[in-house]
This record gives sequence, structure tokens and C-alpha cells, in this order.
Amino acid sequence: MLLTISTTTQPATDLGFLLHKNPARVHRFEQSFGRATVFYPEATAERCTVCLLVDVDPVGLVRRRSGPAGEDGQLAQYVNDRPYVASSFLSVALSDVFGTAMAGRSKDRPELAATAIPLEVSIPVLPSRGGEMLIRELFEPLGYAVRAERLPLDEAFPGWGESRYFSVTLSGTLRLQQLLNHLYVLIPVLDDEKHYWVGDDEVEKLLRRGADWLPTHPAKEQIARRYLKHRKSLARAALERLTPSEAEADDARVAGKPAAREDALEAPLRLNEQRIAKVVEVVLEVGAQSVLDLGCGEGKLLRELLRQRQLERIVGVDVSLRALEIAEERLELDRLAPAIRNKLTLLHGSLMYRDRRLQGFDAATLIEVVEHLDAPRLRAFERVVFENARPATVILTTPNAEYNAKFSSLPAGQFRHPDHRFEWTRAEFERWAGDVATRFGYEVRFTPVGEVDAVLGPPTQMAIFRVR
Amino acid sequence: MEIRIPELALVVLVGASGSGKSTFARTHFKPTEVLSSDYCRGLVSDDENDQSATKDAFEVLHFIASKRLRAGKLTVVDATNVQAEARKPLIALARQHHCLPVALVLDMPERLCRERNAARADRAFGEHVIRNQASQLRKSIRGLEREGFRHVHVFRSPEELEGLTIRREPLWNDKKAEKGPFDIIGDIHGCLTETLELLALLGYDVSLRDGHYAVSHPQGRKVVFVGDLVDRGPDSPGVVRLVSDVVRSGTGYCVAGNHDVKLSRALRGRDVKISHGLAESLEQLKGESEEFRRFTAEFLDQLVSHYVFDDGKLVVAHAGLREEMHGRGSGAVRQFALYGETTGETDEYGLPVRYNWAADYRGKAMVVYGHTPVPEAEWLNNTICLDTGCVFGGKLTALRYPERELVSVPARKMYYELIRPLRPAVPAILTAQQAHEELLDLEDVFGKRIVDTRLYRSITIREENAAAALEVMSRFAANPKWLIYLPPTMSPSETSARPGLLEHPEEALGYYAKNGVQAVVCEEKHMGSRAVVVICRDEDAARTRFGVAGEGRGIVYTRTGRRFFANDALQSELLDRIGRALDAAQFWERFDTSWFCLDCEVMPWSVKAEDLLRVQYAPTGTAARTALAAASELLRNAAARNLDVEDIAKSFAERSELVQRYVTAYRHYCWPVNSVADIKVAPFHLLATEGRTYFDQTHRWHMETLGDLARHDPECLVATPVRIVDVADANAVQGLFAWWEALTGSGGEGIVVKPMDFIPRGPRGLLQPAIKSRGPEYLRIIYGPEYSRPELLERLRERGLSTKRSMALREFALGVEGLERFVQREPLRRVRECVFGVLAMESEPVDPRL
Repeated sequence: MLLTISTTTQPATDLGFLLHKNPARVHRFEQSFGRATVFYPEATAERCTVCLLVDVDPVGLVRRRSGPAGEDGQLAQYVNDRPYVASSFLSVALSDVFGTAMAGRSKDRPELAATAIPLEVSIPVLPSRGGEMLIRELFEPLGYAVRAERLPLDEAFPGWGESRYFSVTLSGTLRLQQLLNHLYVLIPVLDDEKHYWVGDDEVEKLLRRGADWLPTHPAKEQIARRYLKHRKSLARAALERLTPSEAEADDARVAGKPAAREDALEAPLRLNEQRIAKVVEVVLEVGAQSVLDLGCGEGKLLRELLRQRQLERIVGVDVSLRALEIAEERLELDRLAPAIRNKLTLLHGSLMYRDRRLQGFDAATLIEVVEHLDAPRLRAFERVVFENARPATVILTTPNAEYNAKFSSLPAGQFRHPDHRFEWTRAEFERWAGDVATRFGYEVRFTPVGEVDAVLGPPTQMAIFRVR
Repeated sequence: MEIRIPELALVVLVGASGSGKSTFARTHFKPTEVLSSDYCRGLVSDDENDQSATKDAFEVLHFIASKRLRAGKLTVVDATNVQAEARKPLIALARQHHCLPVALVLDMPERLCRERNAARADRAFGEHVIRNQASQLRKSIRGLEREGFRHVHVFRSPEELEGLTIRREPLWNDKKAEKGPFDIIGDIHGCLTETLELLALLGYDVSLRDGHYAVSHPQGRKVVFVGDLVDRGPDSPGVVRLVSDVVRSGTGYCVAGNHDVKLSRALRGRDVKISHGLAESLEQLKGESEEFRRFTAEFLDQLVSHYVFDDGKLVVAHAGLREEMHGRGSGAVRQFALYGETTGETDEYGLPVRYNWAADYRGKAMVVYGHTPVPEAEWLNNTICLDTGCVFGGKLTALRYPERELVSVPARKMYYELIRPLRPAVPAILTAQQAHEELLDLEDVFGKRIVDTRLYRSITIREENAAAALEVMSRFAANPKWLIYLPPTMSPSETSARPGLLEHPEEALGYYAKNGVQAVVCEEKHMGSRAVVVICRDEDAARTRFGVAGEGRGIVYTRTGRRFFANDALQSELLDRIGRALDAAQFWERFDTSWFCLDCEVMPWSVKAEDLLRVQYAPTGTAARTALAAASELLRNAAARNLDVEDIAKSFAERSELVQRYVTAYRHYCWPVNSVADIKVAPFHLLATEGRTYFDQTHRWHMETLGDLARHDPECLVATPVRIVDVADANAVQGLFAWWEALTGSGGEGIVVKPMDFIPRGPRGLLQPAIKSRGPEYLRIIYGPEYSRPELLERLRERGLSTKRSMALREFALGVEGLERFVQREPLRRVRECVFGVLAMESEPVDPRL
């Protein structure tokens, strides 16, 4: 991985003084993850270019790994892009090799260090989760002219589409210190990945590197969130200290992983809150004292259910052990009084199997669950819930596919979440639910959740089944 | 003196302190059989006499007693037990576990008790305690039987205990030593003619002389009747005569049916409701002698309610029997065996709805029963109901054991009208077992499991791995009815010592040679994706054999049980294409089957791995090529400035070359798939067809057989290039190496080396079923584009194979086990257990590059 920095300030070779690296020599540095080399492919009075070339040891990356596994575990693979792209490794090398310049100091040219000069950065392979638009959103407000060219995945297979890599040139007139700090922070933000664990000290780094430009940057929330690896509490702490008055920013905007397209789409509608409120309302209305939250995920609904005095027994079930662990953590069960805590049980289970533990409940909730099941296996699911568990009331919500037309960022024909196996129109949902009700001896009514569009209906549809 | 107690009993000792209970227990029972309240007091409080610990001590005692009784172990409770409220929970415990409670009372003289206690330092309680206990005991004795004790023995002096022996008797239902073979006959209900016909069909010689039947079988087979000999039909007395003669002569057994019991009660003058065909029996018996009537009443009355045969492998009971009741004796067991259970509901004919206990049955013993008329005798979880409604005009059915064959004769006529029609209005499209398996029980796959495999040994599936498998199965897997087999992982050869290579066939051959294998089958390893193909002759066959309706004639699935093709149309076109090859090769006839299960590689790799290519392989390639090209150019410029970058420049030039080779390597395995014509399938194992697997055939046979098939559609089916090599033949070995070099040199992945036998055994047991030797270019896809740089390669040579190899063996054993169970028509949960096991194993962290 590499980048070059060029200047046309006169004399251009003063760049060597600013960086404390003599253009006449090749400089080598050992890094914990490999080796960094600094050299000057051109050094004339008119134009001087420095290159930082970083060699990441690909075997060490996998074998001596102590950091996180990365998105989809890609950092744990021998075949991965890390040795070739601009990433957090490059940021670490930048601060290590050009530390003095990043601090704005220059022994021989202190005035030049404090002067805005014409600078141009070229990064042959810069990954961006967010495309060219994000590169522009991050760098243009800082005064750069941006040129970006996207690399294809493989020219022999045009059908595979384009990669997330760009060959990028940024040019502007600014202090070298500013430029280095921008790159230090924004390269991993674009990549949206870090090769080391992100802890509290990462907030300090962000504040130090971003002190004079981040507070006024229009994308500061996104920068803080991505820089801090989506750790909500850290991101909030950072924002609080950057701009105390804006810290009350909506949780929903800070939350979520990049893959959580559904959250991103629905967040502005506050749909999840509305859905949960509606479900709780129905649970109380039918007089349930025991509730089964099937597909409870990370426990957002369970938290609200726990607050209801009417409920004596609450059981959350999910097929993902990881989700249950997160739920346990988020609900902070060990902080609750035993009387409240004992109301709740979390069970690992599957809606594909008959399960005695699910019998004998007043109500069951299935919030945004059914669309994650393969259509051919719905029959097993129906029997598990309506024949075997057989709660008196079943509350089930699912997206209304018709409403997707209103999400401008969602390409037509795509689902709201990559794991959705289908999304139903209102007619399809009502047909399915009506048939289930008939077969299993329930009656069913439907109710909208969220703001209802006159033509397309509500974003979420809810069916309430009552046993006959 | 000798007393007899049942072999499985809860023995309650009753006696005051000092009456000698502990000595008595020590004399007559094993130390582990005796649970002493004093000892339990000590366990929970460190003081055997600490009365404040009594409550906890008894909780411990009851807990242990309940575990022992559940396991079928005789248990003795050594406590005073002089009060009814102390005995009551023990009787309840015995009932709960269907064991007989026995009271042995030591009613010793008070003086003796006092003296004995006085002699012990730790029994310093007053005399009144013993006096109270003695008086409570004496008041209790008369009521013990009423409390529920089935055997009560009272001993009044130490002399009576001298020379006492306690004999343990097996229960009446215990016929474990009787191993058959048997012919088990369903509900007869007075249909004598059909019974005699059936016996003749089964090969019995039956003769009638002086009013008595003589029944024998040339092969010494024995008859077992499931009860309900009488009522409704034309000749109940005749049937009683026949069956009682069979039982008395020792050529057969009969368990009691509810009708038999009711008739016996009616004959003995009890007040019973004359219904359900009892009137016919009574009418017919009027024509018999008083003596025969008395005999009938006695014979029917003494029938045992169930039998356990053949070391516990076979249980016969009229209405079936839950596993925990097998071989037990209690009122509840008899009740169940005679009447079964009902749900408390009634159906549209006003008849009680029977609870289908067989659906919950998970026991190892086969349970054969009758009681509920069904149109066909059908297996469900290793149980079968033989009541095929002969008296209602159906047929009389027998089950041959251990052959599991059904034999039946049709009823001569409808003797009695059934309220509920025997045949359902809509004929069932699935068998009872299939319908039951539409929905499986979580308990059958959840938690830690131990799977017994015929090939290897019992394999433990850890709980967290089972949980991971559950998640994968629930979220991603295809219809589980298709998933009868998952292929095992395959280990690479030991790391090669040859320069520049990580793997070479030499080590694979070495492994087999070292383990005594002479001939190996070396197959070209296709670089595609592993797939299992299940293909039926038609959709109808898919329904009858797999219980899958409306999903086409088969499936192609991945090694993690997911559908191989997201596109249904593509899958069904491919299956039809394979189906036409099977037609043309006349494989359906040759293997006498309606389905095949094939282990295959499906190409191109990109058809399944396109996601991986898009998120991992291609991005790495494009990033690497661009970055290295840019670096090389900058380094050239630096060199032009006379900077000392020669070494770096050289290294980057080499690296650019390696990255280009990496891209070439993966591109080799990719081509666009627009239709079925772009797909190639290389079948390499013919795993199973109806009724059998092919693990007993050599790999040579598999290659030849499937090569045969491939000839019938060479466009789609690939006959795998193969070499059979004698590991001791140096020339052949060198030839193999040259072949491997040629294959891998032209972009091939490498080869798989298999021992000639599918299930290979060496001096130390099961061997690896296959070992792969992959080529150096292919390994760029595994170890990274530049792995062949000497400084990287040396570090990669260290790799531990033992976990991978152990896993390969366990998965192989599980895969074979699952398929064997499937072809032997075991319940799906037993097949699923193995498939789940393989999936669970795969969630173990193992170096994914091996």
C-alpha cells in the first residue's frame, strides 16, 4: 500500500525539510506489522514528490493476529486486500514516520510548516465503503479538489461489477500538518475497518488529530462513528467533547452497522419504536400475562415488555446465540431486582422445531421475523407456532413490500435487509395470514404500523391472531 | 426361611431405632442399594444424629432413590419409617417409577431396641422415643397393604431373621431370555378362521385333537398375540381355546387386551356394561360348558399386560407402552398397556381421541401393539400397530420378528360395523413416519449429543457446536428431509519438504503406504464446489421415499446443507439432465431403485463462490495489481534519480508477477453461467440407492460406474480422470508425480488420493478416507497471492493436521452412519442426528486453509 504527497511550492524540495526526510536518500523503518519505506520518485525545485510505501507481512497478519477479525472475518484470511490498500495500517505508519510533521513542527523550515502551500496527495488504492460520494463528502469540505477513479473487480469478468477501491488524487492549498492529520483520520473512516481493537484511547486520538477541523466538519457524526468502529458509547463520548451542544443527537443515527440497511432505511421513520409501542399496546390490550417473544434478537422489545407490570412471565427466543448474548448484556439483567429479573427467560431455540418450552403462553410476538424464513419452510414454522406452542394471541409484523417504493435509496426489487427471503404486499400477507388462521382455528385482524401512505399503505403491517 | 421380593422394588425398612435395620440391610443387600437416612444426615450436616438436618437429609435420600429407580435399580430405604407420612412419599416415588413398593418390618421387642441404643454412644435420646416409635409401628402394620405396599413381611424376633434368605424374582413380564424368532399377531376379536389361515401362512402346523390344538413351527418360531382375542367376532370361545393351548404348550405368549379383561370380569360376575361386542362373546360362551367358561375367565384374568423379549429389544403390549414403563410393574403400567392414553377429547363420532404416544416414543426397543384399528400397519418411531381391523372387514396382520416383515390375510367378511370408518376419506399422501416427521422435535437435535456410529465409535457433539448447527440448519438449510448425508472435510497431505512446494502427492502416498494400503485410487481434484445430488425417478418417488411434495424430483445441496442453486429452474433443468443420463445408462433398472444419492463436484467454482469472488478474491486481485504496478512505477522513477532502491524494485517486480499468477489461478475456475449448458457435474461417489449404500465398493468401482454414467452425457457429466497406483511400484509412483505436475502445471487444482477400499482400516483403526495434494498455483487462492515468496513459504510449512484429520474421520463416520440409517428406513431424527453432527463439527475452529 502506498501514497504520494507532492508539492509545487518553491523550492519544492523543501518538502524534505517539512517531513524531516532527506530527498536524496531512501529511508526504511521497521513496523510492528511489516516495513515502511520513504523515498522521493521526483525531487526538483519545481515539483517534489514523496512516497510512503508500506509492506504488510501477509503471513504475520494471519498468524500473529491479535486484533479483531474484521468484517466477515476477512482479516483472518491469507487472501485479503490489506497488504495492498490504504487502511489503518497506513495511518499508523504515517504517524510513526511523519510524526514531527504531523505535530506541525519543522526544525529547518518552521515558517513553511505554518504556511498553506499547494499539496497533492495520490493514493492508488483507497477503499471506500460509501463510494466516490463519501470521498467527496469527507474531503471537499476541507478544501480539496477530488479526482477519483473506481477500479473494476476484474476486467475479465465485467459482470462482477466494480470494486470499492478508488485511485484518488486530492489537491488543495493547506499546511502539510493539516493534510497529514486529515489522511490519518479519514483513510480508516473511508475503509470503515481497523486492524486493532478500538478502545477509549481511540477517542483521544480522534480529538487530537481532528481538533482544528472536525468540530466544523459537516460529516462529523459519521466520521466519529466510523473512526470509533461503531461503538456507540465511544462515538457519543467523542461527539460530546467535540460539540457539547449537539450531543443529544438521536441514538438511532449513531447506531447500526454498515450492513444494517434496514435500520438505515427505517430509522428516519422511527419505525422500530412505533412497532414496539404498537406491539406492547396490543399485548396489554388482550390481557396477556405471559408473553413469548419469538425471534427476540437483541432484546429491544423485551426491554419494553419488562416495563409492563401486567406481565408476569416473559420469554425471549432466538436462533442466534450471539443475539441472545447481546440481549443479555443490553438488558443489564444483573442490575434488575430479582423479582423483575426472574420474569424473563432467554431461550436458544428454532422456529423450525417443535419445542415444549414454548407451550402455555397467553401471547406470542413475531416482530419482523417471518420474512427471514425460507418460504418452503413456512409450513413448519406455522405448525410450531400455531399448532404446537398455540398461544391465545399471536402478534406478527412484517414489512409491507409496496411501501419500498418510497425508499429512494433502495433499488427497485431489492429487499430492505439482505437476509430477507421475501417481502409481502398487503394482499399477499393477508392471504397468508387468513389461510393460517383458518387452518389452525384462529381469527385474524390487520392493523397498520407507521404512517400510512394513501396508495402504498403503511411501512409495516401487523396481523393479530386470536385463538377461536 | 425364604421370602421373595420383585427384582425391581423399592424396599422400605420399617422399625424403631435399635431394631437392627442397618445390620439387616447390610446382610441382605449391596451397600450401594441401601440409602440410609442417618448417612444422608451426615452428608448434609457432618453429623448423622443431627435431627435439624432431617428435612434436607430426606430430600437427598428421595432424590437418589428416584435416580436409582429411574435407572431400574432395586433400592432399599433404611430409615425408621414408622409413621405413615414418612412412608407416603416413598410409595409415591415407587409409583412414579412404576416399581413395586415392598415393606420389610422389623417389629423387635422394645427391650432389645433400648439395650442396643444404650450400647451406642451416639444414641443418647430418651426411652420415650423408642416407646413412641414402637407404638407407631404397631399401629401401622395392619394398614401397610392399604397404603400401597404390594409385599409386606413382618419379623418379630431376632430368631426369625436368622437364616433368612431374600430371593429376588423377575417380574412376570420379563421374558428377556426368550429371543424368538416370533410371529406377532394383531387383534383377533373372535376371528378364528382368519387366525388359523394366518398361522398356516406363517408356516405353523396346527392340528386339533380331543378339543385341543397342537401348534408348532418347523423352525421353532413362536407366536405372540397382542390381546383382544374376544368380542365382536364369530368365535371367541374358539380363539380362547386356540390361544390358551398355544400359551400352555409353550409355543407362544399372549398379552391381555382390554376386551379380554372385561370379558373375564363379566364371567366372574362383576358389574360391567354389556357393549362393544361383549354380548356376542357371552352369547357364544353360553353354548360352552361351565368348566370352559370358568377356564376362560381364569385364562383371560391371568394374562400379563406386557412382555419384554429378546434382551429388552422387543416389547409387546396391547395398547403400546411408553419407554419408561418397559419391564416395570404398577397399576399405571397395566392401565397404559390395556387402554393407552386419551387426550380427554372426543372426535366427531363421539369416540375418545387417543393420545398418540408413539409420536413421542424415542426408545431403542421395538414396541408392537394393537388396540386401535388402522387401515395398514405402519412403522412410527420403531413402533407398529398390528390391529388392521379384521373383525371390521379389514385383515388380520402378523409381524415377523426380527425380520420386520408383515404378513396378513383378508377378513372373510365384515363381522362387526365400525363406528368410525377404517379408511380415511382422503387417502394419506405420506406415511405415518413421514407425516410425523413433517415437524421434528427440538429435543432430538438440541444440546450435547453422543452418536453411536458403526464405523468409528461414539462421537460426542458438544453443546455449543450443536447450537451452531441448529442456527445454520434453521436459517439457511434446505428442506431437512432431503438432507440425508453431508460429506466429510478432507485433510491435505503432510507438508512437503520439496523446495517451493507445500503439498506433493508423495506424502499422501506415504501416509497410505505406512498404514498398509497397497493400491490407491488417485482422482483429479476438480476445482468447483462440493455438492450432494439427490435425484428421484420422478416427483412421485420423491414424495413416497423422501416425504417431500411439491419440490420437484430432487435437490442439489452444498456441504453445509444449503440449496446449491438459488435458481429453482436451473436446479430442475440440471436434475432432468442427470436424470436423462441415468435413464440412458439404465441405472434405475441396474440398481433397482427410484432414487440416487451422488457425491459430486459442480463447476464452475464461480457459480457457487461468486460472492466470495466478489468480496474477497477479485478485490484482492485488483487492489494488488494496481498497488504493485503503481509502486513499481514510482520505484523506477526513484531508480532514475539514482536512489538505492534496486532491491525493493526487484522484489516489487517479482511480486507483481505473483499477483498476476494469482489472478490467472482463480480466473481458471470461473466462467459465466447463463444456462444449464454452462454447468459441469463430476460425480465421484455413488453413495446410496433404495435399500443400500455403496461404501462396501472400492473407489475403482465408483469411478468405473460413474464413468459409465458420464458417457451418456459428456457435455454435462465429467468422468474424472483417475490413476490407480500400487504404492510399492516406483515407476507407477513416478508416473503419478509426473501426472500431478502436468495437471497442476496447466491450472488444475491437484489430486485426491483415496485408498482402494471406501472404508479403509489400518493397524490402528479407521484411516483417512481421502487425502488431497493441491498444486502450487492453486494454493495462491488459499494461502494468498504471494505465498510462494521463500520467506513466506518457509513460515507456512508449519501447519498442524491432527485436528483436521480427527475431524475428517469423525465426519466420515457420521456421514456413513446417517446414510446407512436412511437406507434402513430408520426415523428421520436418527438420520438428522448424524447430519447435524457433521454440521456441528464444522463449526469447530480449525485452520480453514487445510
